Amino acid sequence: MSRPDLVAAGLVASIVVWGPSPLAAQGLRTYVANGDSISVSLTGRPGDPEKGRAVVANRQVGLCLLCHTGPIPEERFQGSLAPELSGAGSRWSEGQLRLRIVDAARINPATIMPPYYRTQGLTRVARSFVDKPILSAEQIEDVVAYLTTLKD
Amino acid sequence: MKPRAALLAVLALAATVARAEIPEAERRSGYHDMGPSVQAMQDDDAANPGTLWLLQGEALWDRRQGAAAKSCADCHGAASGLAGVAARYPAFSGVSSRPIDLEQRINLCRTDNQKADAWAYESRELLSLSAYVARQSRDLPIAPPADPRLAPFLAAGADLFARRQGQLNLSCAQCHDDNHGKKLAAATIPQAHPTGYPIYRLEWQSLGSLQRRLRNCLIGMRAEPYAYGAPEYVDLELYLMSRARGMPLEAPGVRP
Ligand code: HEC
Ligand code: HEC
Ligand code: HEC
Repeated sequence: MSRPDLVAAGLVASIVVWGPSPLAAQGLRTYVANGDSISVSLTGRPGDPEKGRAVVANRQVGLCLLCHTGPIPEERFQGSLAPELSGAGSRWSEGQLRLRIVDAARINPATIMPPYYRTQGLTRVARSFVDKPILSAEQIEDVVAYLTTLKD
Repeated sequence: MKPRAALLAVLALAATVARAEIPEAERRSGYHDMGPSVQAMQDDDAANPGTLWLLQGEALWDRRQGAAAKSCADCHGAASGLAGVAARYPAFSGVSSRPIDLEQRINLCRTDNQKADAWAYESRELLSLSAYVARQSRDLPIAPPADPRLAPFLAAGADLFARRQGQLNLSCAQCHDDNHGKKLAAATIPQAHPTGYPIYRLEWQSLGSLQRRLRNCLIGMRAEPYAYGAPEYVDLELYLMSRARGMPLEAPGVRP
């Protein structure tokens, strides 16, 4: 996606509620973004923070520690491209965290944080990942549940 | 495009790119992002595993091959005569009507001058000879040709470098221009200068080309890599060489 497109998508996202049809067409669960937050769980259920921690720690699955540092001491090599995850649960509401994981570009169009729940507007996706979000709705809810526990 | 217009386009591009690029005084080879033990391995020919490929390249240089039964030396003389050549590739090829990289130039001599089959990308032979030819330019400054015919390809390479790609939606520039020096997990993000190629990469346990390195980054971005020899790689190489103009060549480099 070119930068102007990203800007447009970010601006649109901040004022418009995503209708069900485009997401359903991508095979993704529908969600409603209000401002910078998605207040309702993508699965309709709360996630499991322990599973969420495992997703965040796994650099093939969550990839988070490639860029972020976090309170996961058994993972020795953590990135320095992004803010520390400790305290994310007190800086942001659950809904704000959800939107940041689902599609961080809707908040900061220039972000390097990958869109974890989007399959459109991407260029030259590797064949084995085409039409697949980086994380499933269940995994996203688990990650959100874990992040909300990171109070300090 | 008329030559004059094209030359202006090169200059205009150089000017626009220069703003976004890393300032000249801050450019550094990936060599400086490595630990001292890997640096020492690169510096000492006896310890640099790339030396094995150089020796094979030297032997191939003198070997008569193909239906023409000619060696590289038969036409080119001593390899040292090719000093500086690796520093100005990719170069425009009239045969292909587009730029070709050093490997493709060597293969052109295989097919047209030796009347032999082209070597496969990443084959031991092609890596050996490209390392041997590149070695002749060690310490010489990267000097992309001021050839106006290259302008559109250079622009395409610059554009590719800045384009978000893959499932992770990242561009080369976001890592290598905006975040070099920071850690991506254990790896320090280098500035992506093509100074050491072909390189011996410890992770590969082998020598490998710049195209192989670019494929690795594309795979990391979860983008579909181009096939070896694809014009996109050559355009990217052209842009990387122009971005590194003036920096000394250090082939064969060693990288983690
Ligand atoms: C390619 C790098 C990258 C990856 C991978 C990544 N992030 Fe981020 N993330 C960032 C950056 C950079 C920011 C800072 C905000 C921005 O630039 O958009 C950020 C911001 C955040 C924030 C808000 C931080 C704050 O407190 O201000 C949270 C929470 C977050 N990321 C969680 C995650 C989680 C969880 C994952 C894995 C599922 C992840 N990130 C993967 C780069 C990344
Ligand atoms: C997510 C960040 C990231 C992205 C995006 C990325 N790279 Fe890289 N690149 C790296 C890292 C990290 C290394 C060093 C790898 C290592 O040491 O393990 C590297 C190495 C390189 C090198 C080797 C430099 C040397 O000193 O030998 C080149 C050239 C390069 N990348 C070019 C590119 C190009 C071209 C693209 C876009 C197609 C790209 N990279 C995309 C992170 C990235
Ligand atoms: C029959 C003679 C002949 C043989 C054999 C031959 N070449 Fe060439 N080579 C040429 C000619 C002619 C050129 C074109 C020179 C020019 O364009 O200025 C050339 C160009 C090159 C160039 C580019 C030089 C430049 O200045 O751009 C390289 C590199 C090269 N050859 C390498 C090799 C290698 C390696 C071999 C052996 C595998 C080889 N050649 C075999 C005749 C030969």
